[in-house]
Amino acid sequence: MDFAFLAKYYQFYLRGTGVTLFISFFGVICGVILGTLLALMRLSKNKVLNKLAQSYISFVRGTPLLVQLYMVYYGLPRLVGMDLPSIGLGITAVSLNSAAYVAEIIRAGIQSIDKGQMEAARSLGMTHRMAMRYIIIPQAFKNILPALGNEFIILIKESAIISIVGIHDLMYNTDTLRGITYKPFMPLVYASIIYFLITFTLSKLLAIVEGRLRAGDQSL
Amino acid sequence: MIKVSNLNKKFDNLHVLKGINEHVEKGEVVVIIGPSGSGKSTFLRCLNLLEHPTSGEIIFEGISITDKKNDINKQRQKMGMVFQQFNLFPHMTVLENITLAPIKVKKMSKQEAEEVAYKLLERIGLKDKALSYPSQLSGGQKQRIAIARALAMSPDVMLFDEPTSALDPEMVGEVLEVMKELAAEGMTMVVVTHEMGFAREVGTRVLFMDDGKVVEQNTPKELFSNPQHPRTKEFLAKIL
Repeated sequence: MDFAFLAKYYQFYLRGTGVTLFISFFGVICGVILGTLLALMRLSKNKVLNKLAQSYISFVRGTPLLVQLYMVYYGLPRLVGMDLPSIGLGITAVSLNSAAYVAEIIRAGIQSIDKGQMEAARSLGMTHRMAMRYIIIPQAFKNILPALGNEFIILIKESAIISIVGIHDLMYNTDTLRGITYKPFMPLVYASIIYFLITFTLSKLLAIVEGRLRAGDQSL
Repeated sequence: MIKVSNLNKKFDNLHVLKGINEHVEKGEVVVIIGPSGSGKSTFLRCLNLLEHPTSGEIIFEGISITDKKNDINKQRQKMGMVFQQFNLFPHMTVLENITLAPIKVKKMSKQEAEEVAYKLLERIGLKDKALSYPSQLSGGQKQRIAIARALAMSPDVMLFDEPTSALDPEMVGEVLEVMKELAAEGMTMVVVTHEMGFAREVGTRVLFMDDGKVVEQNTPKELFSNPQHPRTKEFLAKIL
């Protein structure tokens, strides 16, 4: 560890980490909200909604995140005809991307529940909505959580790409440090440690939540 | 109580039910037998609209359930159903399984619903399992709980879709026993089953279905000892 280096430049890392966490946090939230909507569209009987969601998901999964980022970053301000804050654009790009994956995770989770569960609930006089709320979603949630956690971790890591359009996140500041100190390697090591700590903490937290949920199973 | 007229069901090109007319009276125990693929289960599942008939009408207690204007959820509250695969809710305790629908659908108070549930559990001899999860129960216990869950809505008719087919042989008896008691109390029942002993002993009427039609029906005694239709004879010769 080069303590002189860290003592001099730690502020770069702190601020960068702050921005990365900010973008990841709102990226995850918007991604889950949008993803849930897309999943509901995919599960609905309405063919138009279904196709729309399906096309969107295919497009996002079939094109590089970098292309999507550029499209949002340069396209969206033109589309709405005004300047938008870069951070907002960064969050938009990241969450639009994540939403597609979240949608597929949620859809798969809901469809993995045996259809007998829905039938049993409906045969008791519950409406479709009640059956989803009390029977299907609670069971699906347990199945979804590990994959969803994985998606959150991917999002945090992939958010580094927004440094390319000049948003001052952890990756951008690391690159800046590499430039001003003429040290091409060490700043990357520190950055990787920070990324790792963030994702590692998150995965540990998710493991605790999962453990709590499984505790209710009491299966033999 | 349930009046079925000219019921047809097609799955794409497969014509599963070919114009069924049937009338289930209050207090009857109608047992439906027949080879697999004959449409027995589909027929039963049409009765509470888990399958939507392609054409025809089903009238339950004077209300057409095939008419989209009528709220099927209301009608289903009065028709209990028991499935081959039990379909208990695995994330809930036995007690919650039984009380969920009375509380959420019938707006019963939790206390009242639990009282009802404990009475039912006592009746089927599983009071000590109230706080267990389905995964901790044997197949026979699960199915008895599933029956209790349906009964908790105090239905006017109970539909059984091969309730013992997924059970280990030694557990069939305990489930049939509960069903027999139910029949003895005068519950109207429609039962799809392969348990001929049950049909003979408990059924007031046996329907033999083949190829999407009710080929023959009679009292169990008559149907089993003196089948008329060649398909019935053939089927009974194979299984008895």
